[in-house]
Amino acid sequence: MTETVLTNPGQSPARLEGLRGIAADWASDQRAFKNVSWGKAMMWIFLLSDTFIFSCFLLSYMTARMSTTEPWPNTSEVFALNIGDTHIPMILIAIMTFILISSSGTMAMAVNFGYRRDRVRTAALMLVTAGFGATFVGMQAFEWTKLIMEGVRPWGNPWGAPQFGASFFMITGFHGTHVTIGVIFLIAIARKVLRGDFDVERRGFFTSRKGYYEIVEIMGLYWHFVDLVWVFIFALFYLW
Amino acid sequence: MVDIPYEGIAGIPPAEVPDVELYHPRSWWTRYVFSQDAKVIAVQYALTASAIGLVALVLSWLMRLQLGFPGTFSFIDANQYLQFITMHGMIMVIYLLTALFLGGFGNYLIPLMVGARDMVFPYVNMLSYWVYLLAVLVLASTFFVPGGPTGAGWTLYPPQAILSGTPGQDWGIILMMSSLILFIIGFTMGGLNYVVTVLQARTRGMTLMRLPLTVWGIFTATVMALLAFPALFVASVMLLLDRLLGTSFFMPSLVEMGTLSKYGGGSPLLFQHLFWFFGHPEVYIVALPAFGIVSDLISTHARKNIFGYRMMVWAIVAIGALSFIVWAHHMYVSGMFPQFGYFFATTTLIIAIPTAIKVYNWVLTLWRGDIHLRVPMLFALGFIITFVNGGLTGLFLGNVVVDVPLSDTMFVVAHFHMVMGVAPIMVVLGAIYHWYPKVTGRMLNDVLGKFHFWVTFLGAYLIFFPMHYLGLLGVPRRYFELGDAAFIPPSAHSLNAFISIVALTVGFSQMVFLFNLTWSLFKGEAAGGNPWRATTLEWQTPETPPGHGNWGKELPVVYRWAYDYSVPGAAEDFIPQNQPPRATRLVQGAAS
Repeated sequence: MTETVLTNPGQSPARLEGLRGIAADWASDQRAFKNVSWGKAMMWIFLLSDTFIFSCFLLSYMTARMSTTEPWPNTSEVFALNIGDTHIPMILIAIMTFILISSSGTMAMAVNFGYRRDRVRTAALMLVTAGFGATFVGMQAFEWTKLIMEGVRPWGNPWGAPQFGASFFMITGFHGTHVTIGVIFLIAIARKVLRGDFDVERRGFFTSRKGYYEIVEIMGLYWHFVDLVWVFIFALFYLW
Repeated sequence: MVDIPYEGIAGIPPAEVPDVELYHPRSWWTRYVFSQDAKVIAVQYALTASAIGLVALVLSWLMRLQLGFPGTFSFIDANQYLQFITMHGMIMVIYLLTALFLGGFGNYLIPLMVGARDMVFPYVNMLSYWVYLLAVLVLASTFFVPGGPTGAGWTLYPPQAILSGTPGQDWGIILMMSSLILFIIGFTMGGLNYVVTVLQARTRGMTLMRLPLTVWGIFTATVMALLAFPALFVASVMLLLDRLLGTSFFMPSLVEMGTLSKYGGGSPLLFQHLFWFFGHPEVYIVALPAFGIVSDLISTHARKNIFGYRMMVWAIVAIGALSFIVWAHHMYVSGMFPQFGYFFATTTLIIAIPTAIKVYNWVLTLWRGDIHLRVPMLFALGFIITFVNGGLTGLFLGNVVVDVPLSDTMFVVAHFHMVMGVAPIMVVLGAIYHWYPKVTGRMLNDVLGKFHFWVTFLGAYLIFFPMHYLGLLGVPRRYFELGDAAFIPPSAHSLNAFISIVALTVGFSQMVFLFNLTWSLFKGEAAGGNPWRATTLEWQTPETPPGHGNWGKELPVVYRWAYDYSVPGAAEDFIPQNQPPRATRLVQGAAS
């Protein structure tokens, strides 16, 4: 009677391509997503859950817009700015969108430099991303101030349906909170990168887990998600 | 010597998951209070959920006192009655059952059953419990604020939930919404852990199709919860804004206390859609872990492999998926577009198929099994009977034409208490009797357990079975007192008194269970590592109760599925999952 011999010890068996590969991975032991770390899997699943939150917010806004009896304010007029003598509809939102999309670019570059273990460039690009994010939130604060000065409140506004202000403050507020949390974490992780925590695998203060450069990518997943959500808010709230 | 042929024994792949860096507690505080160990967190979850559940139990006694003997108890007024109903429902569904199944059993069993040392992110898991505790405290605080807890009914429908005239309009509704938001945040932190642990942190040899059904049930329920709770989160935020800031998401223009309210243009139906998009999956978030656990109890105590394992898994997944497209069957009388009813009635009845598959498979597992009528098994059998009963009345209520006259009667109360009240509680109790020896190292007292089972099971039937009849008479639910309505015969009033007496008796009999839990902790018979002679990994730990890191030096390697009971030719009537094929001692000559 012999003990069971482990086949090909020390190396993973060759993986299949395409659908068969997916089926094989899900039929296998240990991991369903073979090359995905715990942290990355957790972030993806969190983002799936968060997608449902934003979907519910946007669907509720659309329902409110349909159910209300008063006319919906003309968004391109509400969000217009007078710059110099020109009256430009949506200009602030256009700039905000441009800034946020750009920040996705710098974030992607930070991830790239992170995997090259280039501490300084990674941290610098993350801080640039955080700067773009903070600028976005700042411009949003400006927009909120402007609308509040013009008399928009969660319970009413001068131009029509009270649900306009309610949906606006709720949805942009919730998205802005996401951006703000992102900025805070970007700065915290940039500090860790700059200090070299991920090179020496220094343990986290709270979790006592070792850190890896992959954390930059996981941070990036969150950041890109927040940008993507903004695109939907832009399309469904501002452009519609 | 013959080997038992089994798929997948040839190649046990090398470890892909590096050994977990465990957090090692250094003090009493980090070991038992701010613990990152899933087993301690599980016990914390279970104790907190049970504590708030006892509050809800007491509330149900007060309700029954009023219903059974209207006018006798002057300390219960109509407002309080509504508050009792609301808090009883909300606590039982969310703060007790959801938290106990996912936070309690999920935390304890998932890492042990999949062969992991802990959840993947223990620190986040710890935060999950503390946020949950905060949510419970906020909820409990509503009993002490001016105006008391909200009396809007557990569904919290606007407009009435936030209008003056509903009890708890000052503080109760605000704190209720805040507590729900906190609960969802806390649950998300735990839920992400459970999902990732099942998907990515299984031990060598543990494929998804070798998982015990308990893990499948908890896993699917957690995925559903992560997708369903967002709707409740959004509904809570919006109702809170309606109440606090005066927005009109859910509030149409209406007259409140004789004056036109400040609200206008909102959609009360939107809240119902959001609430039930959460609320219906919630029913299965509670039911699926129960399905999974009961499968393991039946298989273990009938000494037989579960019948149709793959079908059981796919039925769990199918029920989980279907439960997202049936929500409006709670809204047939809400005033939504009536023809939606056809769609939602159809999808509702389709769910009966996977559910029936599960019931048949439980019964077929029992058929010709070596049934040991131990306490966990009694509760499992009690579950099947109760669940079938509640499921059948579900077929009545799923059909639009039958539902409309039965809406808001005691028939509905009887239905959902049978199917998602008593049935899951049966499983919770059975599961406690089953796993208590692993958690504490001691057996629960058998005589007290059997007494507890028979009183609870028969009592539950005596309480809820007559309610069907009351409902068919047209007795409405949520009414403080019935008065002298002509369609309600005097016998209905006697029946109500009878139900109340039984309910109080069953309620007090739970004290026997609490005594058993406490007494057995110190005086119970020593259990040993595997008292039920079960196959799953949690019974194969080197220590009982399992120590820090669960498995000693080496993680277990899994060679077989979780249901190798009474295998022909094997020396014992169970083969643990981590027993290598060639180490199985075989009887000479008995073979294929």
